[in-house]
Amino acid sequence: MSRWLPRAYLTLVYLLLYVPIGILVLFSFNDSRSGYTWGGLSLRWYQSLFNNNAMVEAMWNSLWLALSAATVSTVIGALTALALHRYRFRGKKMLNGMLFVVMMSPEIVLAISLLALFLLVGIQLGYVSLLLAHVTFCLPFVVITVMARLSGFDERLPEAARDLGASDFTMTRTVLIPVIMPALLAGWLLGFTLSLDDVVVSTFVSGPSYEILPLRIYSMVRVGLKPEVNALGTLLLVFSLVMLMLSQWILSRSKR
Amino acid sequence: MRSLMQQPFRTAVLVLVWGWLLFLVLAPNLLVVGASVATRDPVSFISLPLNLDAYRQLFDPLYLEVFLHSLYMAAMTTLVCLLIGYPFAWALSRVPGRRQLLLIFLLIVPFWTNSLVRTYALKLLLATNGLLNSALLGLGWIDEPLKMLYTEGAVVIGLVYLLLPFMILPLYSVFDDLRQELLLASHDLGAGRVATFFHVIVPLTLPGVLAGVMLVLLPAMGLFFVPDILGGSRNLLVGNVIKNQFLDARNWPFGAAASIVLTITMAFLMFAHKLSKQRIGEDGV
Repeated sequence: MSRWLPRAYLTLVYLLLYVPIGILVLFSFNDSRSGYTWGGLSLRWYQSLFNNNAMVEAMWNSLWLALSAATVSTVIGALTALALHRYRFRGKKMLNGMLFVVMMSPEIVLAISLLALFLLVGIQLGYVSLLLAHVTFCLPFVVITVMARLSGFDERLPEAARDLGASDFTMTRTVLIPVIMPALLAGWLLGFTLSLDDVVVSTFVSGPSYEILPLRIYSMVRVGLKPEVNALGTLLLVFSLVMLMLSQWILSRSKR
Repeated sequence: MRSLMQQPFRTAVLVLVWGWLLFLVLAPNLLVVGASVATRDPVSFISLPLNLDAYRQLFDPLYLEVFLHSLYMAAMTTLVCLLIGYPFAWALSRVPGRRQLLLIFLLIVPFWTNSLVRTYALKLLLATNGLLNSALLGLGWIDEPLKMLYTEGAVVIGLVYLLLPFMILPLYSVFDDLRQELLLASHDLGAGRVATFFHVIVPLTLPGVLAGVMLVLLPAMGLFFVPDILGGSRNLLVGNVIKNQFLDARNWPFGAAASIVLTITMAFLMFAHKLSKQRIGEDGV
């Protein structure tokens, strides 16, 4: 195979992946109302986005949800990874299995199972149900990130700490946490992005008391074209990109 | 009890972790299994007696048609992803060092951006007075706008667009592990390119193919917002049926049964994936 053929092919596929995104970004600065024709540069859709109170509220709700879901899932995920790495206990396989199920299940299966739980147990659909659901689907990603970090770790360090009289808690706080810190940050950023972008699970477990961004977008794009969505999409894109670059940077810096 | 007092931290961690997973993973999944064999109830959602009506309803010609159509679109999506992704992953694994990392990064960026927004971006392109039609008309390749939006093809395009990275990444990982010596050995033993491809490369990359199929086929049946935005009312996915049954029709048993069919399909694919990996292990390659 000659060298230019694979190269041309890679370029073509990347073009296909990025052209729609590029058009979205371009049209977010479009002055025309129609959404299909170019009418000159303008920031009017960004303006109308921020003048839309319901939209701004949904934005804050989404941000707050993503912040809290990322934080809770990082704490629980880190503890899960530590437990899997350090402790021997019965049912370890089952614990691993449950995390695997969460990661592999189609989102919609997870979504209806959580909806069924919340309605039958009597948890009102709103912030709390969203938080519980988002933490659950972020959890396996945090666990994997932290486990990867722990797997290359010198086992003699925690032993030395214990020999020197540190309790399990003190050892975890002073030896293990600093070691897994980069993984915690990367896991947190991952969780934040996952939560912010989720549509499927949120559609099922959110209630009218707490409207979040993806659902607001969903109700807007189902009927026709809304140029505000271009602006909002562009903002979300930039935001995710920054988050992703940050997490990659943290991980690669800690490897050196 | 003594060990409990001796290791309060360990106990606290284990209780928290187990509690979370049992309450939010195991219990809900068991609930869905239970709901699928329960009787539909307008007040409490489900009630006794237990029966298999929901599963019988899946074979109702009306729903069976939706399921088969959904399966067909998912299969087409998977096939297109495989046809695009297989040579792509191969080419990607041959790109030298640092550039390869950058390319992988570019591949996962869309994965971390809102899938709803990306589906909407496709709508801008595919609409009757959209950009693709305008471009084709402008070039004089077509005389009147093509109807692309609200077709089966639009749904497949949308699904491929969202799911392609999930096919490429596992394929990339098997191509990355594929040792060049094996290809050379095959060549030295007199196999031509075609023979090497079918007897060495295909079997060795099969686990990646199956992993990719697993990661594409199932979501391709569940992503209900893609037909909502691109497909119109006639190109529904299993996900649309499940969503409809749970949120609008309030028929939990039926929605639950449909979701269990998806789960069983997933288990079946994972089993096939495991077998294919084991076979490679036994061959000692």
